[in-house]
Amino acid sequence: MYRYVINRLLFLIPTVLGVIFIIFLVMSITPGDPARVLLGDAASQVQVDALNHQLGYDLPFLEKYGHYVYKAVVEQDFGVSYFTKQSVFEEVWPRYKVTMGLAFIGVILSSLIGIPFGIYTAVRQYSLWDTIPSLLAFFAASIPSFVLGMLLLYLFSLKLNWFPSYGIESFTSYIMPALAVAIPPAAMNLRFTKSSMLESIRQDYIRTARAKGASESTVIWKHALKNALLPVVTNVGMSLGNLICGAVVAEKLFSIPGIGSLIVDRITYKDEPVIIAGTILISVCFTVVMLIVDLIYAYIDPRIRAKYARVRG
Amino acid sequence: MENAVSQTVSQIPEKIVFKKQSQAKEVWRRYKKNKGAMIGLVLLSFILVMLAGANFIVPYSAATKGVFSQINQLPSAAHIFGTDSYGRDVFARVLYGGRTSLLVAILATISSCVIGSTLGAISGYFGGKVDSIIMRSLDIFMSIPDILFTMAVVFALGANFENLLIALTLAYFTNYVRLVRSQVLNLAEQDYVEAAKAGGAGSARIIISHILPNAMGVIIINTTLNVAKIILYESTLSFLGLGMPPPTPEWGLMLSEAREFMRAAPHLLFFPTLAIVMSASSINLIGDGLRDALDPHLKS
Amino acid sequence: MNSDTILEIKNLRVIYQTDLETVEAINGIDLKISKGKTLGLVGETGAGKTTTALSIMRLLPERVGKVLSGEINFAGHELLNLSPLEMRKVRGDKIAMVFQDPMTSLNPVMTVGEQIAEAIILHNPDLRAEEVEKRVENSLSMVGIMPSRKNEYSHQFSGGMKQRVVIAMAIVCEPELLIADEPTTALDVTIQAQVLMMIRELRDRLGTSMLMITHDLGIVAKICDEVAVMYAGEIIESGTVFDIFTSKRRHPYTQGLFDSIPSLDARTARLKPIQGLMPDPSDLPKGCYFSPRCKHCMEICTKQHPERVTEGTHTLLCHLYSSLSTEQKPKEED
Repeated sequence: MYRYVINRLLFLIPTVLGVIFIIFLVMSITPGDPARVLLGDAASQVQVDALNHQLGYDLPFLEKYGHYVYKAVVEQDFGVSYFTKQSVFEEVWPRYKVTMGLAFIGVILSSLIGIPFGIYTAVRQYSLWDTIPSLLAFFAASIPSFVLGMLLLYLFSLKLNWFPSYGIESFTSYIMPALAVAIPPAAMNLRFTKSSMLESIRQDYIRTARAKGASESTVIWKHALKNALLPVVTNVGMSLGNLICGAVVAEKLFSIPGIGSLIVDRITYKDEPVIIAGTILISVCFTVVMLIVDLIYAYIDPRIRAKYARVRG
Repeated sequence: MENAVSQTVSQIPEKIVFKKQSQAKEVWRRYKKNKGAMIGLVLLSFILVMLAGANFIVPYSAATKGVFSQINQLPSAAHIFGTDSYGRDVFARVLYGGRTSLLVAILATISSCVIGSTLGAISGYFGGKVDSIIMRSLDIFMSIPDILFTMAVVFALGANFENLLIALTLAYFTNYVRLVRSQVLNLAEQDYVEAAKAGGAGSARIIISHILPNAMGVIIINTTLNVAKIILYESTLSFLGLGMPPPTPEWGLMLSEAREFMRAAPHLLFFPTLAIVMSASSINLIGDGLRDALDPHLKS
Repeated sequence: MNSDTILEIKNLRVIYQTDLETVEAINGIDLKISKGKTLGLVGETGAGKTTTALSIMRLLPERVGKVLSGEINFAGHELLNLSPLEMRKVRGDKIAMVFQDPMTSLNPVMTVGEQIAEAIILHNPDLRAEEVEKRVENSLSMVGIMPSRKNEYSHQFSGGMKQRVVIAMAIVCEPELLIADEPTTALDVTIQAQVLMMIRELRDRLGTSMLMITHDLGIVAKICDEVAVMYAGEIIESGTVFDIFTSKRRHPYTQGLFDSIPSLDARTARLKPIQGLMPDPSDLPKGCYFSPRCKHCMEICTKQHPERVTEGTHTLLCHLYSSLSTEQKPKEED
């Protein structure tokens, strides 16, 4: 088991390096250069070239890449924003925490709503308890999260005036963004859990359990559920990607100072360092979460656990 | 007596042939029984007809040229969906925006499907080092959340139709790689593949004529569902300002513009939402219907 | 009911009803299993053997499987009249079942010990934990598995071992009737013999009555006392093992089964399968269900359903034997 953990942890390093590499690669296609952006159109070509040289922009790609990695990892120096001339890290870090916080609230909320309902609709298939939640989940999956957010805004902020419509001052101001972020993944979780449960109930070992004289509830809650939840765990981890997207959208919608809106805004200003840093930080977090999910899964699924444990004779 | 036996024997080959040909009919029959799936089909057909015939219903200029005196008007006889903050006819914008959205979605789906499936088929079929490299690269690639990657691409290339297509393809091709790869891994071990190899068939031929047809079912279902996902994603991108640039009529853009005027002009919020939800849900219904029709076990 | 009989089925009719069609799975069968004896239920896939077993256990698929009529009498109780709660008490404890495919019959996320223990605890809730563990270990050693392996998971066992675990689970409560649905079909040939011998030993030791479902006449010869041959949801021939194997009077289908067994001694150019396919159970032929494939098919066979003909312990469902006074030997046609 330890071997598996160590293995995965080690693979984290090339993954992070790979991520940074890909981002760099994409960025290198960008037309234009930083010095021009910083100095503006008025500056002469000589000045631009000088600044580019100073920034290290005209170095070969791999050198730039290596240089960046070193500075970022060792010195936590992500450079300076082209736009605000401030340290990128100082700008990005607090907003990063806000976004990630929102995304994680979303994960928890969407799991708490989606998974139990998914189980219940599977068990009570074809009844009203199935049709209504499934219908709701279906529509939630056919609506983009920003639309949902706007509907929530319209209903609860404008018409009913229950919750504030922007900012993150108070606790209540987190409610609507959290809902907007959590509802579409909750719908996905519901559908996925439901199909996993149904699949599980179809299996032969359920028939064996019934043949032993087990009651329906034992069959469902003890036998089917344990098996059904395994893939659900992985699915929840993967939904973090969607949640980050939802968080970015929610930031724009509810004027929350998160990293998503920062990146979106800075795109127009061609503020590369900020965009690179933001993307890398989020990706690293995402990778680590996926790793943890995989490890958890390996632990709870005896088939995988046994693969890496000592084999008995 | 002899007649009875020989009659039975000669009936058999016919019966088997008949069964194979009607497999497609069987799927269609099962599909028809699903009320939701039929509703989806009807709805989508209606939408497609409307979009195709947009030119006959409203001129394109109504979608892009605004009459300043008529801004933010609620729905009326003249403008059945009302007008937006630039005085443009919302109905026209919804129709023409639909063309853009659907076109982008379908094109992006096709290209991501082709690229992803090919990669998955190669990876699954050849295995070994090729497989390892492709899968590891994919893992690293998938470590970047979609939206961020799209933002990076849009940042680098700028926001227009072609770049949007590229960004969307890159975001969605990964679905197919894993999917097709696992199908290929399952199917490559089947006996008929061995038989084909023994008969001298080359790798490409085996993949194309033997493995892909069987993987088709899963690919089709996923492709259909992906179209809906891409429509939603694309409108999200436009909403964020990363999609089609204004003044192109586009649902996400329309909603982004609607934000400011929600209180006074809720119709600006309502109609594009309706369009998006109708499109996405009809496609989802069809996708779900296909899934049930191709694997009836899931229903019982 | 006879005190010698442990299970008696009378005129059972079972259908599967889906939106698309109605499948007539069992069309009026009568079965009797005597205490301590083993009845072999023989037939091809699709004959209705598994459906019979599921009907006895009342494990037919809920919305689709329906018992139209008939009685299933077990040790004096009419099973079809029992409430779900009462039936659950019977399952696993009085009647146990072993299914065909061991690879999927065990829950992958529970240890085998836990699954066997579950069978015990379900029917003996007041037992102390140590006692339960002891019985688990006991049942494992009875099927030839080291008791210390009770904490392992099913994927750590080979196919044959898995099936032994399933059997251990079935016998741990010492049921009066054991239903085995093709327990060795999914196993390697060499393992088949082992598992079969083990089943026979257990049966002898515990005195369990058994319903052995199989399509293999060899297994029938080795382990069964009585035989019933099933075709298209009917019992077309039944009797003692002796009757079925040695009688000069055989149902043409049974004859076909025997003929299709390849012989090591005789030199033949071709195998002799039974021509044709089993009829579609949603569309059964008129008259005798076997008539389309029968070498001895007569005019009456396609028009009228045959009556049951009994001679001592041997029963046949065939027009050939309707008039028993004439000693007719079935014609051999090649």
